[in-house]
Amino acid sequence: MSNELDPHHWAQAHADYLYAYTRARISDEELARDLVQDTFLAALEKVRSFEGRSTERTWLTSILRNKIIDQYRKKSSGLLDADVKRAEDEQADFFNADDGHWNNEPAPKHFGIDNYDPLHSKEFDHILMKCLKKLPALWMSVFTMKHLDEEQTDTICTELKLSASNYWVIIHRAKLNLRACLQKNWI
Amino acid sequence: MGVLSKITRNCNHATFLIEKKLIKPLSLRERIFLKIHLIGCDACRLYQEQTIRISQMIKNLFKESPAGNVTLDEVVKKEMQDRIEEKLNQN
Repeated sequence: MSNELDPHHWAQAHADYLYAYTRARISDEELARDLVQDTFLAALEKVRSFEGRSTERTWLTSILRNKIIDQYRKKSSGLLDADVKRAEDEQADFFNADDGHWNNEPAPKHFGIDNYDPLHSKEFDHILMKCLKKLPALWMSVFTMKHLDEEQTDTICTELKLSASNYWVIIHRAKLNLRACLQKNWI
Repeated sequence: MGVLSKITRNCNHATFLIEKKLIKPLSLRERIFLKIHLIGCDACRLYQEQTIRISQMIKNLFKESPAGNVTLDEVVKKEMQDRIEEKLNQN
């Protein structure tokens, strides 16, 4: 198996794969297409650095991955953007302001998730997707890196330029909102 | 508020620790806090079960979608290749 680059076949050989990879991480179709195109063009400038140690596809994917993280970072610059503010407002009444105890209404209750069957999960997936989409871009980026790419905490913090304590706050807040959204919308 | 009720009442902090614990081991202090809290708190015990399940669901969701059925139009791919060729010819 030779690991050589053949730019004349890049679009045919890899565009679908790279596009699907991007769309799993970024929902905006147009942005995803642009990132794939940018990846090809950026790769052309780096052909000299390709040492044949990985396959062409792996090499292109690593260039793309950096571009996706740049996007995450761009979207998440400024922790207190409106997006995050809105999500934080949603959970303002989850806990008693004085002692931190659950308030009655938003407290966890039994709902469909408690006997969730992964084999018949299409509808559940749909609701989950809907709830995930409501999360701020930054929180979603953290989730994607953690659950899809299974990155280590350190890597996520470094790449998204987050402090460790911010990271834990985001993980907590994102889950609180997600669980509340599921409890509210589960049929 | 006494020390104990600071622990037993604070579900906000308990849920924070539950999330942290899913990713990395807690410190001794954190473990004790959570243990004491969970003894008396039905809501947070339920939260713990549900959030573990939600993490699993997210993982499944990401694993199976959407790579299988997301493809680019042939016309788009042709355009992409054209721009690659254009750039190759410049050099």
